[in-house]
Amino acid sequence: MNPIYLDNNATTRVDPSVVEVMLPFFTEQFGNPSSMHSFGNKVGLALKKARQQVQALIGAEHDSEIIFTSCGTESDSTAILSALKVQPERKEIITTAVEHPAILTLCQTLEKDGYTVHYLKVDGKGRLDLDEYAKLLTDKVAIVSVMWANNETGTLFPVEKMAEMANAAGVMFHTDAVQIVGKLPMDLKSSKIDMLSISGHKLHAPKGIGVLYLRRGARFRPLLRGGHQERGRRAGTENSASIVALGAACEQALEHMAYENTEVRALRDRLEKGILAQVPNAFVTGDPDNRLPNTCNIAFEYIEGEGILLLLNKQGIAASSGSACTSGSLEPSHVMRAMGIPYTAAHGTVRFSLSRYNTEEEIDRVIAAVPPIIAQLRKLSPYWGENGPVTDPAQAFAPVYA
Amino acid sequence: MWEYSEKVQEHFFNPRNAGALGDANATGEVGSISCGDALRLMLKVDPETERILDASFQTFGCGSAIASSSALTEMIKGMTLDEALKVSNQDIADYLDGLPPEKMHCSVMGREALEAAIANYRGEVWADDHEEGALICKCFAIDAVMIEDTVRANNLSTVQDVINYTKAGGGCAACHEGIEEILTKVLAERGESFKVTPPPSPVAASGKMSTLERVKRIQQVIEDVRPALQRDRGDIELVDIDGKTIYVSMKGACSGCQMEALTLQGVQQKMMEALGEFVKLVPVRATTPAPGLCNPK
Ligand SMILES: Cc1ncc(COP(=O)(O)O)c(C=O)c1O
Repeated sequence: MNPIYLDNNATTRVDPSVVEVMLPFFTEQFGNPSSMHSFGNKVGLALKKARQQVQALIGAEHDSEIIFTSCGTESDSTAILSALKVQPERKEIITTAVEHPAILTLCQTLEKDGYTVHYLKVDGKGRLDLDEYAKLLTDKVAIVSVMWANNETGTLFPVEKMAEMANAAGVMFHTDAVQIVGKLPMDLKSSKIDMLSISGHKLHAPKGIGVLYLRRGARFRPLLRGGHQERGRRAGTENSASIVALGAACEQALEHMAYENTEVRALRDRLEKGILAQVPNAFVTGDPDNRLPNTCNIAFEYIEGEGILLLLNKQGIAASSGSACTSGSLEPSHVMRAMGIPYTAAHGTVRFSLSRYNTEEEIDRVIAAVPPIIAQLRKLSPYWGENGPVTDPAQAFAPVYA
Repeated sequence: MWEYSEKVQEHFFNPRNAGALGDANATGEVGSISCGDALRLMLKVDPETERILDASFQTFGCGSAIASSSALTEMIKGMTLDEALKVSNQDIADYLDGLPPEKMHCSVMGREALEAAIANYRGEVWADDHEEGALICKCFAIDAVMIEDTVRANNLSTVQDVINYTKAGGGCAACHEGIEEILTKVLAERGESFKVTPPPSPVAASGKMSTLERVKRIQQVIEDVRPALQRDRGDIELVDIDGKTIYVSMKGACSGCQMEALTLQGVQQKMMEALGEFVKLVPVRATTPAPGLCNPK
């Protein structure tokens, strides 16, 4: 049986045509784009084309606003550290409680260095309170960094509006758009977003390549200094094969944008409805009406996610979970906790994230596979009785040191 | 993905003794829902012989929690309560051909459920002093609470101290930032500030150190590391000094273990710091083996 990959928010397969485009850059096109000879020159032209392909996907005004980096994490760090560097008198940062660790861990480290970080709260559906945000926008804030789409739930934040509010208050605005780029259309030139992070491996380009979009005129200090690559804004010889691949992947994403938002979305909805129709005590987390077309995160109450993943994996189905065990930490996903999802459900969340390579037949196989797995694990659960949860679960099972 | 042994996978995919036990007369419920692992162990104990006639479990937890529960029930069936109490968490992990360091707490939970169930049968109250912190050292599965407690109890102040007392940080060294953070916090509580390992007190070149002083320092290093080893049921003794070669005997749980080489390395390092010269530590076999050797069964 062919394996079914539903973990595209973790990483994606590189599109075969993208692989083909990048391969020559390991062999005959190996030159250094900075070199004077023709080996380098051709590579330089290929990078220029890739830059324009990225520009087209995100609707940037100039191709020079595209800075190639080594990954989404580097783009995130560069953006925030640059904003702090150019405004040493501003010691506050605004972000959200549900960011990716690429932002959260950095912010926690900055707190130790004396910065004040405001983590915007979310409600039960993972939505922000813009009044709370507005009150925090003062001239003490160096940068706002808010993710566009959440990697666990797919929930979208109104970053265009938030960027306008920041701009009106004279505060720089960055968004981690790693999960949304290539899945929903955007037009940065008509927004007030100053900086935006992209990661190649989330849109069928290779791992280890990213982009920092930097609006022309936005004040900037590089993270890596050295050679004049990327106009001195990111030193280090270009990863030309991956840059070319990312360009090609962006072009393909643009071509498939409609497909992503019709066919992929329909498959996602089919999966979600199919599972929820058969499995009791399960619910969608995040904001179902306002999320990425490919993502569906379901909480299965009274069981733990790692078991679900292992049993799915046995049937060749790949997904991921927000349980503590799968992250190796002591707490379930900070995103689920921020939304106030109870522990008995937060540990049992499973994220299915689709791509344009998934088929209806695959989705139907998953719909058939999930209910027996959930039933099997619930049979082992101290919270589950003959035909459903035990009455008053919290009373019926109260382990020591809970 | 976790590297689970075949045995763990097998017990997860086909758990033994799962579900409620109708006529159980001993129940233990332990674990933490916030951490995502909790277990109810049910036993049917023969009141005459105190033998465990049947055992079953219900577990809310990950694959290795379910496998540990399953293994535990298989291991203790047929044992008397006193025999069962000798089953350690390491025994559960060994039965499963090992658990990843992040998952050792699953076997600890099994052992605690057993204690709780037996206490329940005997009409005692089982209290747990278990407090689990974030996993700091992945090489030796040592968490923040353990490190913090040890730093406090022994007034430790350097990363090397922590390595000597807890083993944490003695492997790949990637967790030294985490250890430094704990040291910074605890030192601040006692009004000190964390300093990177203070440079070894300017030791006069070994030629100038008197022989007596040198022997004293060697003895001191040995005394310093003993508490940590004794905690692991091991010990170390100075046997002889022959120029740059120092003979020691490793006893108890340390002797012959995988840990021996690592421990020796650590002690040798400390010795060199204290003496300011290169020395080599050579283990010699103890003449009278201490009780409680490597595999306490
Ligand atoms: C929202 C978000 N930000 C940042 C990253 C990090 O990207 P990268 O793996 O390229 O560093 C990821 C991917 O894991 C992500 O989902």
